[in-house]
Amino acid sequence: MNFNENRPIYLQIIDFFCDQIMTKEWQTGDRIPSVREIAVQMEVNPNTAIRAFHDLQEEGVLYNQRGVGYFVEEKAFEIVKEKKRREFINNKLPHIFKDMDQLDFTIDDFKIAYQKNSSGQ
Amino acid sequence: MVTIENLTFAFKKNPPLFNQLNLKLEKGNTYGLFGLNGAGKTTLLNLISGMLFPDSGECLIHEAPARERLPKVLSDLFILPEQFELPKMDALKYIDIQAPFYPGFDFETISLILTEFQIDTGKNLTELSYGQRKKFMIAFALASNASLLLLDEPTNGLDIPSKSQFRKIMAAADLDNRCVVISTHQVRDLNTLIDRVTLLHSGTIIFDQTLKSISDKLSFIKLKTDETRSSLYSEDTLGGQFAICLKDPADEETLIDLELLFNGVIQQPEPFNRVFQNGGVL
Repeated sequence: MNFNENRPIYLQIIDFFCDQIMTKEWQTGDRIPSVREIAVQMEVNPNTAIRAFHDLQEEGVLYNQRGVGYFVEEKAFEIVKEKKRREFINNKLPHIFKDMDQLDFTIDDFKIAYQKNSSGQ
Repeated sequence: MVTIENLTFAFKKNPPLFNQLNLKLEKGNTYGLFGLNGAGKTTLLNLISGMLFPDSGECLIHEAPARERLPKVLSDLFILPEQFELPKMDALKYIDIQAPFYPGFDFETISLILTEFQIDTGKNLTELSYGQRKKFMIAFALASNASLLLLDEPTNGLDIPSKSQFRKIMAAADLDNRCVVISTHQVRDLNTLIDRVTLLHSGTIIFDQTLKSISDKLSFIKLKTDETRSSLYSEDTLGGQFAICLKDPADEETLIDLELLFNGVIQQPEPFNRVFQNGGVL
């Protein structure tokens, strides 16, 4: 497992879980891998892995059935989508805007590029 | 589990290596014991395991002095030295002879780990390569179920896939009721396994914090040349500096750069320790 960028490992685990939910790989009621399985896969101390599970449990994305494991909550998809939207607006957009300014890339250029990309798919 | 109080120790005729050293090790933690070459990491592990005796002060394991080497202490402690000799016999014979010293020894665990590490249990231990012998001893250490595990540079001599296997095996081991101390200068091999950073320098423990509290209080960021932000420590890099700053509540948590932290604390421990004593204020 490689760790990218400057994000703490537990946040990278959260990102991975959120991706699984956004792509519907994991759906409401699914049982997800255990803390130990994730720790082994990521080669990290289980205490690090458990933080990711706890955080997502608090946010209402996962629930824990004692002795059985962690499962995906009913509203997980909506909650993750909202969370990802906020992250996109607060963290990614400012960088995109900055690059656009530096490169004289206008909103209209952006629209054209977006439409090209969408029609290409 | 381990309480070291005002420990002073010197090798014959040399100035003291440790001077009034204090340290507490608790179960449920995996300590990364870091220090420069010659700081005394190995010596400290030898004092904890009772192989060396303090000149003054005490090292207690569950309230029993380590130097008394009580059987109940030694059967619940395993030290894996960096260099070791193994007798001329195969792995199974060795396990047969050594396992009875550890009442909680888990035969299933050792056979799982030896399989994972692909150790030939039919070969004489003396015929195995250094890395293979090391892996055999790591397997034995984990299977001993000793609640105090002292590992001196465990990844030294391991090839690249073995390092990854080692991390997986450590991640899978049930360490809730155990205290693990990993001494190393290979920060990158082990930084994901430890949950506490313990820094040995100039004869004492100059820093001892959990990774959680470090990432709660400090940010590890790259500052561009035009950015000004006061830092506790920084190193120049292309187009700016790698810096350790006080974490602003608005900062997202950053990945701890153990090398940067190590260099910073070694150079000047006081500002760092003030941060942790005063709840994050310089």
